[in-house]
Amino acid sequence: MEAPGDDGEAPARGPELIAQASSDAALVARCRAGDDDAWRELVERFSRYVYAIAVQGFRLGQQDAEDVFQDVFARVYERLGSLRDDEAVRPWIAQLTRRVCIDRLRSGARESDADIDELPELPAEDVLTALEDAFDVHDAMAELPENCQQILDRFFARDESYRTIGDTLGLPAGTIASRLSRCLDKLRDAFEGEGRNTPPTPSGGQVT
Amino acid sequence: MSNYDHEQLSRLIGMLPPAPQAWVQAAQELPAARRGLDQLVARAEADAAFRAEVLADLERALQAEGVEPQPRVVEELRRLLSND
Repeated sequence: MEAPGDDGEAPARGPELIAQASSDAALVARCRAGDDDAWRELVERFSRYVYAIAVQGFRLGQQDAEDVFQDVFARVYERLGSLRDDEAVRPWIAQLTRRVCIDRLRSGARESDADIDELPELPAEDVLTALEDAFDVHDAMAELPENCQQILDRFFARDESYRTIGDTLGLPAGTIASRLSRCLDKLRDAFEGEGRNTPPTPSGGQVT
Repeated sequence: MSNYDHEQLSRLIGMLPPAPQAWVQAAQELPAARRGLDQLVARAEADAAFRAEVLADLERALQAEGVEPQPRVVEELRRLLSND
């Protein structure tokens, strides 16, 4: 039987989540000093964001998305020293990713003799805004007990079934739904505790 | 009063699925790969025989340097050596 309020008791390690172990500025400073662990943390922290901009924002296929992903982090690595405000690393990476995605689309259009002034599938601003909100939500998740982080991430971001989650975390599958509900309550408190109380607008549409 | 409901939060969580692990790992290994490349290129610049050996088998040269010979890294090494 599920014990109430025990979402954070079991030490469930698993998939890496967006965990803001150090501030962005501190992380950038460590990367700039040649700290390989910091670089690994930076990649881990922003990997989902870069991936989502490429795949969901610009609707790139897997091959193009992989090229964009690697190009973005290569450029981040090379140009980190030129970043003026270390706290602004996230918008900088977002901007870099958008630019690399557009370059990729232009390159694809050129190869197919399409009119490169008419880029296909440019994302609507609200998709990119929603991805920023999603990043903030994942940041807020880092404040939750480990089990809550795992359950929310596995169910909503990784599409794992109750059974898989239960088996992995050692929880009865029948308790997952109620835990999800409680964890979402905690997440809402954490998220809105950061001053966020305006939901994003639904995504859709395209810009040219 | 709360403005975020469960549906909105769950949708936002779902918008950021993990990137493929191999992609993440390759990006995380970038500093080590760059160091390995730099060392190889420096030695190749100083030693023509070594340079020829590297060019003959780029993958093996990278592995000997402890660098995973991913296609992107191999291509970068080829580019660097051709710029010499």
